[in-house]
Amino acid sequence: MSDCRRQWNREDELPVYLAGPITTGPNQRKTYGMFSSVEGAFESKTIDFENYAVGRKGSRTPRSGSRERLLDTGDPISKTPSEARESSLNGSPGERDEARSRAEVRFSSGTENLNGKVGLRSERLLIKGGRVVNDDQSFYADVYIEDGLIKQVGENLVVPGGVKVIEANGRMVIPGGIDVNTCLMKSYLGTQPVDDFFQGTKAALAGGTTMIIDHVAPQPGDSLLEAFERWQEAADKKACCDYSLHVDIPQWNENVKDELELLVQDKGINSFQVYMAYKDVYQMTDSELYEAFSFLKLLGAVVLVHAENGDLIAQEQRKILGMGITGPEGHPLSRPEEVEAEAVFRAITLGNRVNCPVYITKVMSKSAADTITQARRKGSVVFGEPITASLATDGSHYWSKNWAKAAAYVTSPPLSPDQTTPDHLHTLLACGDLQVVGSSHCAYSTSQKAIGKDDFTLIPEGINGVEERMGFVWDKAVAMGKMDENQFVAVTSTNAAKIFNLYPRKGRIAVGSDADIVIWDPDSVKTITAKLQQSAAEYNIFEGLESRGGPVLVLSQGQVVYEEGKLHAQQGTGRFIPRKPFPDYAYQRVKFRNQVKHKQGVTRGIYDGPVYDVAPIPKYITPSPSAKTSPTSHQPPPIRNLHQSNFSLSGAQIDDNIPRRSGHRIVAPPGGRSNITSLG
Amino acid sequence: DHFGDRLIIKGGKIVNDDQSFYADIYVEDGTIKQIGENLIVPSGVKTVDAYGQLVIPGGIDANTNLYSPQKGLNPADDFYQGTRAALSGGTTTIMDHVLVEPGTSLLTAFDQWKDAAEQRACCDFSLHVDITRWHEGLYEELETLIKDKGVNSFLFFMAYKDKYQSSDSQLYEAFSVLRDLGAIAQVHAENGDIIDEEQKKLLCLGITGPEGHVISHSEEVETEAVYRAITIAKQSNCPLYVTKVMSKSAADVIAKARKKGMVVYGEPITAGLATDGSHYWSKDWAIAAAFVTSPPLNPDPSTPQYLTSLLACGDLQVTSSAQASFSTAQKAVGKDNFTLIPEGTNGIEERMSVVWDRAVATGMMDENEFVAVTSTNAAKLFSMYPRKGRIAVGSDADIVIWNPKETRIISANTHNLNLEVNIFEGLEFRGVASVVISGGRVLLEDGKLNVTEGSGRFIPRKAFPDIVYKRIKARSKMAEAHGVPRGNYDGPVHDVISMTKSVPPTPTTRGPPCPKTLTGPRNLHQSGFTLAGAQIDDHIPRRSAQRIVAPPGGRSNITSLS
Repeated sequence: MSDCRRQWNREDELPVYLAGPITTGPNQRKTYGMFSSVEGAFESKTIDFENYAVGRKGSRTPRSGSRERLLDTGDPISKTPSEARESSLNGSPGERDEARSRAEVRFSSGTENLNGKVGLRSERLLIKGGRVVNDDQSFYADVYIEDGLIKQVGENLVVPGGVKVIEANGRMVIPGGIDVNTCLMKSYLGTQPVDDFFQGTKAALAGGTTMIIDHVAPQPGDSLLEAFERWQEAADKKACCDYSLHVDIPQWNENVKDELELLVQDKGINSFQVYMAYKDVYQMTDSELYEAFSFLKLLGAVVLVHAENGDLIAQEQRKILGMGITGPEGHPLSRPEEVEAEAVFRAITLGNRVNCPVYITKVMSKSAADTITQARRKGSVVFGEPITASLATDGSHYWSKNWAKAAAYVTSPPLSPDQTTPDHLHTLLACGDLQVVGSSHCAYSTSQKAIGKDDFTLIPEGINGVEERMGFVWDKAVAMGKMDENQFVAVTSTNAAKIFNLYPRKGRIAVGSDADIVIWDPDSVKTITAKLQQSAAEYNIFEGLESRGGPVLVLSQGQVVYEEGKLHAQQGTGRFIPRKPFPDYAYQRVKFRNQVKHKQGVTRGIYDGPVYDVAPIPKYITPSPSAKTSPTSHQPPPIRNLHQSNFSLSGAQIDDNIPRRSGHRIVAPPGGRSNITSLG
Repeated sequence: DHFGDRLIIKGGKIVNDDQSFYADIYVEDGTIKQIGENLIVPSGVKTVDAYGQLVIPGGIDANTNLYSPQKGLNPADDFYQGTRAALSGGTTTIMDHVLVEPGTSLLTAFDQWKDAAEQRACCDFSLHVDITRWHEGLYEELETLIKDKGVNSFLFFMAYKDKYQSSDSQLYEAFSVLRDLGAIAQVHAENGDIIDEEQKKLLCLGITGPEGHVISHSEEVETEAVYRAITIAKQSNCPLYVTKVMSKSAADVIAKARKKGMVVYGEPITAGLATDGSHYWSKDWAIAAAFVTSPPLNPDPSTPQYLTSLLACGDLQVTSSAQASFSTAQKAVGKDNFTLIPEGTNGIEERMSVVWDRAVATGMMDENEFVAVTSTNAAKLFSMYPRKGRIAVGSDADIVIWNPKETRIISANTHNLNLEVNIFEGLEFRGVASVVISGGRVLLEDGKLNVTEGSGRFIPRKAFPDIVYKRIKARSKMAEAHGVPRGNYDGPVHDVISMTKSVPPTPTTRGPPCPKTLTGPRNLHQSGFTLAGAQIDDHIPRRSAQRIVAPPGGRSNITSLS
């Protein structure tokens, strides 16, 4: 027995990743490929950039058998990038007439110079002949815009002369997208992402997103308020579209509370992110999370949770590095799906106990999404946010032979290697179990990613997706028939506006709402490539993927900022949008539950039976952790240490060794038997 | 006369976990020597009549606390009283928990428990060891316990914050070690952090009675911890045994995990199968306090039936009692503060009857499954099979003659414990042990209990129980993670000053006092790398500037960016 045991022990140095039964299904590659290096298994995943080069479109091989791409073959050989972009936008089957394919902008006849002011031209706009799509209904109507607001919606509008008219030609007119999760200023080891507020919001606009909510990411010890101001200042200078800010709480302590209160009440922040991962840096213990949830609930804020079990990740990372795996594949190996699902489950439990709305950022795996689904079925107030990447691609690329490519996909939680994940997440998004699509856009250049070239734990985490977000939701969900256009509007914009209290200013086409409007062409097809993107990153993780559906024209604050493939964004035009606490969408149920869940004790008389004689000397034993224990085990001395008090009997009792039955039987107390202890 | 009597059990229906058949049993020297019809036995052998009754392996109670003090209070029923009660209910082997206080030696505590039990116990016993503060220094003691002392199961607490609670990292480390040594990890699954916060909150609200216990230990808190424990066990590939499954949702989590292939086992207890948590709101403080245990009994009255059905279908595997008795006077230590009430319920005596009454008599479970959940499964999991948990030639003569027709009404006046309260008071259960044979001796017959203090033997258990570890071993071999063979990345690397030593984080006034352990191998995120000052091009788009070009040595195939 012992022999075989030892032998086995030696082999058993390796952790278990897929020790569980392997999911069967069409995805055959996974059954043998993921953890054994099958030669060439991932080769077709590596992108051959030569073939996507602009001048050589005609020569590229149809590697994934897509028909639309082949239709491009007749394009002129020499094109500028912007021309190519335009053509790829319009590169779908050719029967469509030119007028249909682009929104036509003209001025109502004879009134061009009535006002004489050029600036006013874009302030008064009429979108004619479009189908207005909100999250609840679609209808044909014209939209009249003035001073950056929607002034009229309806048919046969009476509008002043000199109004710029945009012919929507029957295309969809939708509320501009809201990307609730971007990190355009989140520094890593002192380096800034290559997409700052200017680059990032430009990319957002080009993809039909007219508002972003960026994460303020202070370091532990930093003042939240100062960090917020830094972010706001930078965004005010650079952002081309409206923005709002989440504030990440890197550490929980008393000082934070005052700042949080100030942020909520004076600064217009109603959402804060807490971390269950990044051990010893941002990670909070369950106690801290409970306190944080309780406090944020009092303020009426939405708690965003980065849900991964940091303790387990730290252990796995150590183990995997110990095994000599240093490449980007170590990233998903050390952050398996279970670790994400576990933290989601825990976050929801905490949310339920505190009765506080919980918003899970970056839902990347099927099991995490399922956990949210089940919790919602049971009535938890929880929201889930899949991101562009988890909806459009999977984690197999971490095994790419090309280090730079594999590293480009590094984000946390990682993309799931399970290739059925995107499909599953779409389905849940379509049926409403997941509510909001973010992008988690945080672009680092390859050379920045290369900081971790010898150690995957040092690779800065972040992927692109702000530009591709709306397109992929359309492509994967609506064009596939899973989702209708109204739900499309809900998940890309309206739900976010509701959860974060921007509604109906944002997220709806209605009179009085901001004129953040997108004219959406469901038929346009474009092939994603880093060459043509707005982002400054060299890599696009969606490289080579096709995306049906895209914006033809984007209005931000009533200004045309994107039209026919051309951006007219102006740096610094974005405004900070303050948000009030207690968003109805998240807090109405919470408020009612508060009233219902009023806890009451039982009214009893006072127990007057005998009480075992204990010397009430609560002795606190200071935990004497050995140097080897993990740091999180050292808890601060609690306010009341309920279990640790070392009550002891005052010395050994004579009767310690004899049965206590008669000795301890409760008899009627001297003052007569009470009804409290009616033991026979 | 340690070897017991010579016995022949005649006319009964032998029920094992796999089959039932009619046969006689001849017992000599405390073991079963022959099974069959028309046995040839020496003369002068005592005959036990089992006509019309079932002959089953003696019960194994996989979870008792007959010796662990709580808050300095010793249990009202020790090894003698406890095992006596066990025997009277048809249980012939108990597995007691050695509670090792933080900072004390595992071996010392183990020896202390073993000595006490050997002096007092009336039936065979084995021991689990509860580890209340994990650190790697325990490895050697663990190895000794597993290899030399016959312990193969260790309990960890996810509750009892600042006292016994282990962090996720500790659990992961401990589970990995246990897996290497071939032991089973047990967990007390409740989220201690949340409980602690809720307790504070409730006491502030002025709720001090026993109902505060169940309110602060909510079902979700149990379920969450079960889920987490399973995740950790999955990651470390260690078998997991969840003690005291008290709620529907916790049981569901276990059932689901088993369906996904996890090696996890769940143990409902007598109290959870027979009663519910509504009693915490009893106006009688003593009654309410008697029900205090952790995780608490669930206030949902459909829980017992639900747990029973999962037990019947195999999603839960083992029944135990979690016996820990504290007298009312001891419980009254917490009369003004529910958090001070010593935790524990009785159930060691009623366990077998409860399972029979709730599961078999109602038609949910057959007699073979009854044997499985009351003894065989525990024997298999904890490496006592087939010595215990089976009626077979060579097995220990721990035999119970079970009368399914008889009933009994539970009362504190008639039970065999010291306790003044029985949480099953007044309940009637069908199915009673009419004869109990332990170690070949008849200890219960004609309603008379005839036990000898100190006659119980310690049952050592081997590591790597097959039923548990076969799968674990196979998975360890299968799951090998390979890196991707790549050339070295030879593209540009962003310029960071590589400071080898990480900058200690700015201490905040009341941050978590995580003492910076020097052993933390690499503090991956905290190192304060900085760029050498602001870059000139910080404010211009870096697209062209940062574009990776062919490195001086020519283009490599690793970074094939055009």
